[in-house]
Amino acid sequence: MIGFVGLSLLMIASAVFTVTAKKPVYSVVGLLVNFIALAITYLTLHAEFLAVIQIVVYSGAILILFVFVIALLSSGVKPFATGPDRAPRILIPALAFGAIGLAAVLVAVYFTTFAPETIYGLTGQADVFGSVSDFGNALFQHNLLPFEVTAFLLMVAIIGVVLLAGDDAPVARRLKRNREPIARSGREPIAR
Amino acid sequence: MIAPVGAYITLSAILFFTGIVGVIARRNPLIQLMSIELLFNSANLALVTFARTWGNNVGHIFAFLVITVAAAEAAIGLAIVVIVFRKTTFVDVDEVATLKG
Repeated sequence: MIGFVGLSLLMIASAVFTVTAKKPVYSVVGLLVNFIALAITYLTLHAEFLAVIQIVVYSGAILILFVFVIALLSSGVKPFATGPDRAPRILIPALAFGAIGLAAVLVAVYFTTFAPETIYGLTGQADVFGSVSDFGNALFQHNLLPFEVTAFLLMVAIIGVVLLAGDDAPVARRLKRNREPIARSGREPIAR
Repeated sequence: MIAPVGAYITLSAILFFTGIVGVIARRNPLIQLMSIELLFNSANLALVTFARTWGNNVGHIFAFLVITVAAAEAAIGLAIVVIVFRKTTFVDVDEVATLKG
């Protein structure tokens, strides 16, 4: 229980740091701490394979992608000139919305009796629960179609990224082509 | 480690609404994307908790699929950020109003 409380406090603190950090790089660091603490929490829930996936995919791939994009965008002259002020007029409704939603969920949790009230050690089939073989069995014998749909989703994402941000991408070319006739016909360019 | 199920769900809810506040209040699209990752992770935590509670590993499969969707979302979101930055050199979601009617 003490370990759980410690992990929870670490995760909440790093999440708040991620959301409130001034620069995106600090956010990445907070998110990294959050992901590692979450992986340890997965271990306590006997989701060993997911804990490894959490570290490999999130901390290893997604966060590196974030760092790469931040480094790419920061190589300009004035990086990350974010708007004039942090706009408290949107901060207060956001905090109110978050507080109301959180209160609703907490009330629901408080009045719900979960069927197994507490997670005690290992029970039943649990000596293999969450291991790689258990996960693989469930994934490839009973849930093969979702796995294949996942592969399709990743392929679509790759094609989309190449079409969007590639060097000679159709989107970039179309942007260039559309800009010209507007200028030639003397119309006002679209105000940004 | 022994902790009640409600504690895990409470932690998940706190992380989720922290991410919600980040998505709504921040104007930097990168930090908004990271807040969305927080949302995915809190949902995953709830899924894994219930999978453990019921001794049913379909929750693990679902969390695995959510991680894949998060990866695809991060890739496409960052590509869009790069495109917008190419045009404006100004990373602020309030300034990106080209599609506004």
